[in-house]
Amino acid sequence: MAEASYPEDLLYHPEHDWARVEGEQATLGITWFAQDALGEVVFFEPPAVGTSVAKDAAYTEVESVKAVSDVIAPLSGEIVEVNGALAENPQAINEDPYGDGWLVRVRLSDPSEREALMDAASYVSSLAS
Amino acid sequence: MNLPAPSPGGDGRAPASAGGPSPLQRERARTIFQKGATSRRAFQCPPPDVPEADPDELLPARFRRREPPRLPEVSEPELVRHYVTLSKRNFDLDSGFYPLGSCTMKHNPRLHERAAALAGHARLHPLQDPERAQGALELMWRLQGALAEISGLPHVSLQPSAGSAGELAGVLLTRAYHEDRGEQRHKVLAPDTAHGTNPATVSMAGLEVVKLATDAEGGVDVDDLRVKADTDVACLMLTNPNTLGVFDANIEEIAAIVHGVGATLYYDGANLNAVMGLSRPGDMGFDIVHFNLHKSFTQPHGGGGPGSGPIATSERIAPYLPRPLVVRREDGSFALEHQRPKSIGRLRGFHGNYGCLVRAYAYICSLGADGLRDASEAAVLNANHLLARLCQKGVAEYLPLAYGRLCMHEFVLSGGPMKRELKIKTLDLAKRLLDHGFHPPTVYFPLLVEEALMVEPTETETRETLDAFAEAIAAILAEAAEDPAVAEGAPYSTPVRRLDEVAAAKQPVIRESL
Repeated sequence: MAEASYPEDLLYHPEHDWARVEGEQATLGITWFAQDALGEVVFFEPPAVGTSVAKDAAYTEVESVKAVSDVIAPLSGEIVEVNGALAENPQAINEDPYGDGWLVRVRLSDPSEREALMDAASYVSSLAS
Repeated sequence: MNLPAPSPGGDGRAPASAGGPSPLQRERARTIFQKGATSRRAFQCPPPDVPEADPDELLPARFRRREPPRLPEVSEPELVRHYVTLSKRNFDLDSGFYPLGSCTMKHNPRLHERAAALAGHARLHPLQDPERAQGALELMWRLQGALAEISGLPHVSLQPSAGSAGELAGVLLTRAYHEDRGEQRHKVLAPDTAHGTNPATVSMAGLEVVKLATDAEGGVDVDDLRVKADTDVACLMLTNPNTLGVFDANIEEIAAIVHGVGATLYYDGANLNAVMGLSRPGDMGFDIVHFNLHKSFTQPHGGGGPGSGPIATSERIAPYLPRPLVVRREDGSFALEHQRPKSIGRLRGFHGNYGCLVRAYAYICSLGADGLRDASEAAVLNANHLLARLCQKGVAEYLPLAYGRLCMHEFVLSGGPMKRELKIKTLDLAKRLLDHGFHPPTVYFPLLVEEALMVEPTETETRETLDAFAEAIAAILAEAAEDPAVAEGAPYSTPVRRLDEVAAAKQPVIRESL
C-alpha cells in the first residue's frame, strides 16, 4: 500500500496499533505509519491462541529489514485467533496492513478500554505533531 | 580519497542492460567450490615422516564419512586470484572513509600490527607455562593498569572477547553481586537509545529489560528513571555519550538515583572515544565498564578481525571478576591468579584475544595520557565540523539534527523531511553514497529517530575528507530534488547492486554442501 491510509472504522493506539472492535472481540494490527517506518517485514511469529494480552503492553514482535519491534496491544483480552498466513507471507503487513496483514483476534476482557483509544482523525493529527 | 566513482553508464547511472549478468559478473559470482578441476592442487604435502596410522584404529568406520569431502581443487594462481578479487570487492577503512556510527572506524596504525606480529607475541602458545611467558603477562598487567586509569575503576579483566561479551560479563557480575548479598533482582534498566546488544545481553543473563524514555535534550528522562528505579532493579546500563552523540549532563543525579535503590550502574564503553582522558566513568559513579579495544584502541574490526571487550569494576564488584586475573607478585614477577572463590568463572578459553591486547597497549603507549585526550578532543571536533557542514542550507532542511545543537564524537540526523519532500529514504541516500566512494553511516538506528542517519567520523580523518563527504550528501540531495529515481536505483558502481534484503533475511544461503 503505497499511500498512507487510516480507515475511519478503526480505533488507534499511540504506539501505532489499530483495533477493529466487533462486539466482544477485536482484530488487532499495526498502522500504515508503523509498517512504513519499519520497512519490509521479514518475520512475524504470532503468539499462541489463548495467550492473554494487556493494553499498552507488548504482545508480540515484528521483524523488518531495519529492526525488530515490539507490537503493543491497544486493548486487553485473550487471543482467540492468529493470522497464520503471515508466517509464509509477512509482507502482507506492508501490503495490506488493515486487511490481510491483520495480526491477531482477541476476546476483550474490558470493552470499556476502547474509550481511551483515538479515532482516525485524532491519530492522524498525532502523527503530524 | 573520494575519487570520482567509476560509473558504468558514464553519468553514475546504470548502463542500458541487455538483460542478465555480464560474463564478468557471472565469473565473479562463482564461489571457490565452483572453480578448479579434479586433482588440481595449490599445495603438495611432503611425504609423512612418521609412521602412517591405521584409520580403523583411530576412528571406527561407522563414524567416518564414506566419500571424501568435496573440497575445492584449485591451483595456487586460481586460489590467489580468487581471494585477491574478493578482497578488492570489499569496502574497507584502508580504502575509504567509513563513518559508521557508534563503530569508531578509526585508522589502525601499522606500528601496532608490527608489534602484534612479533614472534614473541604471535607465536606464544596459550598453554605456555606462565613462568616462561612473563613478557606477555607483564604487557597484560600493564594494560589492566592503563585501562583502570582511563576508566577510573581499579580492577580489570581482559578476558571478554568482544563488546557484547564484556556486556554479558558486566550483567553476570551484577547478578553475582546481588545474589551474594542474598537479593534476587530481575530488572535491568536501559534507555530507548541503547545499543541492541544491551537488551540482548540482559535476556541472555536471564533478566528482564525495562526501557527508559529519552528527554528533550537526548539524555535519560530522569523523571521516568525515578518512577522505574525500585528495589527489583539490578542495574542501569548506560552509554555516555549515548548513541545520539549526547553527553548526559545529569549523570551524577542518575547515579544517585540508581545507587539509592541499591542497583549497580553499568557503563557501555561503545562511545569511549569521545571522552578518553577527559572524563572517567568511575568518577561519574559507574560500577562496571566495558571497553571496546577494537573501537577506541585501534584494531582492525567490522569483519576485519577479532574484538576485545575488557571490563573494569569498582571494589565492591571486583570479587566476582572472571578468572584468572593477571597479578604481580611481591618479587615483581607475574602470575595468573586462579584462586578467586566468588568469581563468575571463565567467559572464554585462555586469556582473551591477545593480539588485540598488544595493539591496544601499543596505542596507549604511543599516545600517552595527553595523546589519548587529544584523540578524543579531535574526534569531537571532527564530528562537530562535519555536523556544522551538514547544518548548512541545502542539507539541514532535509536532514536536520535529531537532538541538541552540538554533538560529542557522533551525531544522528533525521531523514524524515528528506523522505517527505524529496521522496528518497535514508536507505536510498546511504546506497547512493557508495557511488561517491564512501561507506554509508549507520542507518535506521537509534530507533527513536525517524529515518535515522548516524555519523561517526573519528579523529583520524582529514578536514578534506569530511568536507568531501558533506559535499557528497549535498550533491545527492540536489540530485534527488531533480530526480529521486537516481538515488532509489543506487548503487551503480559497486560489484553488486541493491541487495534483496527480504530474501537475505528470509532465505539466506549460508551453506555449501560438501
